[in-house]
Amino acid sequence: MYQYDDYDRALVFERVAQFRDQVERFMAGELSEEEFLPLRLQNGLYLQKHAYMLRVAIPYGTLGAGQMRTLASIARDFDRGYGHFTTRQNMQFNWIELAQVPDILERLAQVEMHAIQTSGNCVRNITTEAFAGVAADELIDPRPLAEILRQWSTINPEFLFLPRKFKIAICSAKQDRAAIMMHDIGLYLYPGADGQMLLRVIVGGGLGRTPILGLQIREGLPWQHLLSYVEAVLRVYNRHGRRDNKYKARIKILVKALGIEAFAKEVEEEWQYLKDGPAQLTDVEYERVASAFVPPLYQSLAGTDLDFGTRLAQNPAFARWVTRNVQPHKVPGYVSVVLSTKPGIASPPGDVTAEQMDAVADWSEQFGFGEIRIAHEQNIVLPDVTKSDLYALWCLACDQGLGCANIGLLTDIIACPGGDFCALANAKSIPIAQAIQARFEDLDYLHDLGDISLNISGCMNACGHHHIGNIGILGVDKNGSEWYQITLGGAQGKNSALGKVIGPSFSAAEVPNVIEGIISTFVRYRESEELFVDTVQRIGLEPFKERIYPIVLEVSA
Amino acid sequence: MNNLLRLEEGVARIDGDDAWTLVREIDAELPLGALILPLARWLEDPVQQGVWLGPDDEVEPLKPWFHLLPLIALDFPSFRDGRGYSQAYLLRTRLGWTGELRAIGDVLRDQLSHMRQCGFDSFAVREDKSAEDALKGLAGMSVLYGRSVIEPRPLFRRR
Repeated sequence: MYQYDDYDRALVFERVAQFRDQVERFMAGELSEEEFLPLRLQNGLYLQKHAYMLRVAIPYGTLGAGQMRTLASIARDFDRGYGHFTTRQNMQFNWIELAQVPDILERLAQVEMHAIQTSGNCVRNITTEAFAGVAADELIDPRPLAEILRQWSTINPEFLFLPRKFKIAICSAKQDRAAIMMHDIGLYLYPGADGQMLLRVIVGGGLGRTPILGLQIREGLPWQHLLSYVEAVLRVYNRHGRRDNKYKARIKILVKALGIEAFAKEVEEEWQYLKDGPAQLTDVEYERVASAFVPPLYQSLAGTDLDFGTRLAQNPAFARWVTRNVQPHKVPGYVSVVLSTKPGIASPPGDVTAEQMDAVADWSEQFGFGEIRIAHEQNIVLPDVTKSDLYALWCLACDQGLGCANIGLLTDIIACPGGDFCALANAKSIPIAQAIQARFEDLDYLHDLGDISLNISGCMNACGHHHIGNIGILGVDKNGSEWYQITLGGAQGKNSALGKVIGPSFSAAEVPNVIEGIISTFVRYRESEELFVDTVQRIGLEPFKERIYPIVLEVSA
Repeated sequence: MNNLLRLEEGVARIDGDDAWTLVREIDAELPLGALILPLARWLEDPVQQGVWLGPDDEVEPLKPWFHLLPLIALDFPSFRDGRGYSQAYLLRTRLGWTGELRAIGDVLRDQLSHMRQCGFDSFAVREDKSAEDALKGLAGMSVLYGRSVIEPRPLFRRR
C-alpha cells in the first residue's frame, strides 16, 4: 500500500485545520450557507434528510487493517455503529454532527485517510477495480498510476470549481471491473508491442439523467503523458462545459454537443502546449509510487491444496461459497475472497457494522497481508488468501454475517441509500432490495439462475448504477408517491450496455412479483446454461412484457 | 477599488489606495480617471485603460494589446464559477501576461489561495467582506501536489 511521506501528511493535517476553521466560521455565522456549501462538499460532507453525511475517500478501494479499524472506531464514536460502502469504493457515515467533523477528519488523517473531494464539482476519488494487483487476468497493476492521479487531482487549484463533478476510473484487466465506460474519463492501461505502458482514453461516459457510454479519444498514449492529457481534457471542460443548467453540465453533454471528433481535436490542441512539459511523468516518480505496491512476500505454494479439496467435497455450502465468492489470483495457491455485504433482510446492501469492520481487519491480517479492498459492487475483498485458509475464513465470515454465497447472483444487489437517507431520492431503495432478497432466499435456485446483476437507484442521479444492471430499478416520483421503473439488458464490463425500460412503472408492493415474473420468463426461454443478460439480448423485451403486465393487472384487480 | 488585496513579491497587503474604478456597465459617459472597462468596450478603443473579462470571454484576443494594457481583471460572477482559474492560467502561462491580474466579483477568503496559485496578484474582495479577514485566506496550504502558475513544477519534480 502507498505510505504517506511528510508532504502527504502535511497536506491532510493542514486540510483538517483549514476545514476546522471553516466549520467554526460557519457555526459563528461568518460564512453563509451558500458560501459554506462547496467548502463542506469538497470535504465530503453532505446535508441529508436527517443529519450530515460524511463520505470518506478510499482511494482506488484499497485500505489497510489499521484504516479499517479507524473506520470502525468512527462508526462507534461518531455514528450509530455502522457505515455504508458506496459504488465508488468510498465509505459513508450517515449520522454525523457538524461540530464533530473536524475531529473525525483528524482521526482519519492520523491513519493517512481523508474525505477530500469526495463530493463537489471537482475531480472525485480515483477508482479502479477491487482486484487490482492480484487479478489473474490483469495486464498491468493500475494502482501506481491511480495514486499518481489521486495526488495530482487533490486540491489542484485550477480545477476545483468545474461545471460539475468529475469521475475518473482506471483499469488494466481483460475484464473491465471498474466500469471505465461509465466515467467522465475512463482509462484503460495496456502494454504496447515493446512492453511500454500505454493508455486508451475514453471520455464522456456517465449514468445519471442522461446515461451514455464513453467514447474513445486517444489510443496508445504513453503513460508519461497521463497527467498532461488529463489536464488538457479538464481545461477544455472547465472552459467550455455548460454552467447554465446543472443537469446539462457533465462533460458528456459537452462531448455530445461538440461531437467526439471535435472534442478530441480540442483536447489534442490543448495538449500540444502541455506535452513534454513539467507535467510529464518521470521514471523516478513512477518507481517511487510503484515501490509501495510491490507484491507482498507470497509463500511458494502448490496450485492445489489437499485439505481444501477435502473440505470442498464434504461441505456443499462451503463449495457453493467458493464457486461464487472466490476469485482467481496471480500467484499459485492464493485466491481473492469477496465478502458479501448483501445478506438480505439482516442489513441493507453495503452496510457494515463496526464489529464487522474490526473482524474484517483481523482476518486481513490473519489470512493475508493486512490489506482490504472495497469493490464497486459494495462488497469487501480480501485480496491474498491461501486456499488452505479458505475454510477457516468462511466459517468466521458466516459467524459475522459476511459469508453469504451470493456474489454475482440476483441478491447481490447494488443499491444506493435511497429515500431512507438521501435528500435527493424520489423513492426508497433499501426496502425494495430487501423485499427482493426475501423473495429469492433459496440459494440453490439462485445458483441455478447464474449471474444476474440487479441495481437499484432511488432517483435518476443513478448512484445505484441501475442503467448497467441486467435488471435495473429506478425510483420515480408520481404525484408524490413512490414508483419504480424497470429496465432490462444493462451490463457492465467490456460489453457494457444500458438497459431498456420495459414499460410503465410499478408500486413498491408490486416489485417482487415483477422480478419473479422476469425471472420465470428467463427460466422458460433460457437455453442450457445461458446467462440472463444473453437471454434478454436474444429474445428481446417482448416476452418479458407479455408476462409482467398481465401479472400487474391481476395484482391490482 | 476599495477592499483590495495586493501581492507584491510574495508579500500580501491591503491596498487602501487603489486608483482603479471598475466600470461594470457602460452608461452614456465614462467616469474620469483610471478605469477597468468591459472587454467589448475596451476593444472599441484600446487605450491605456484596464480591461475586465467575463468568464465567457476568450483571453487570446488580448495578446496583441499586452504592451498597451496596464491591468487585466477577471470576473467571478459567482465564486462557484471556476472558468476564471483557467483564464488566468492561459494569460500567465500560455500568453505570457506579466502585468497585474486582478480577481473581481464574488471574491471570497476561502478561494483566494487558489486564485493566487493560478496567477492572480490582486484581489478585489467582495465589498461586504472584511479585507483583513480575507487576507488570512491568501496563504492556503503549504503542499501543492500538482502544478500551478506560480509553481510550474509538480510536486514529483520537487519531492
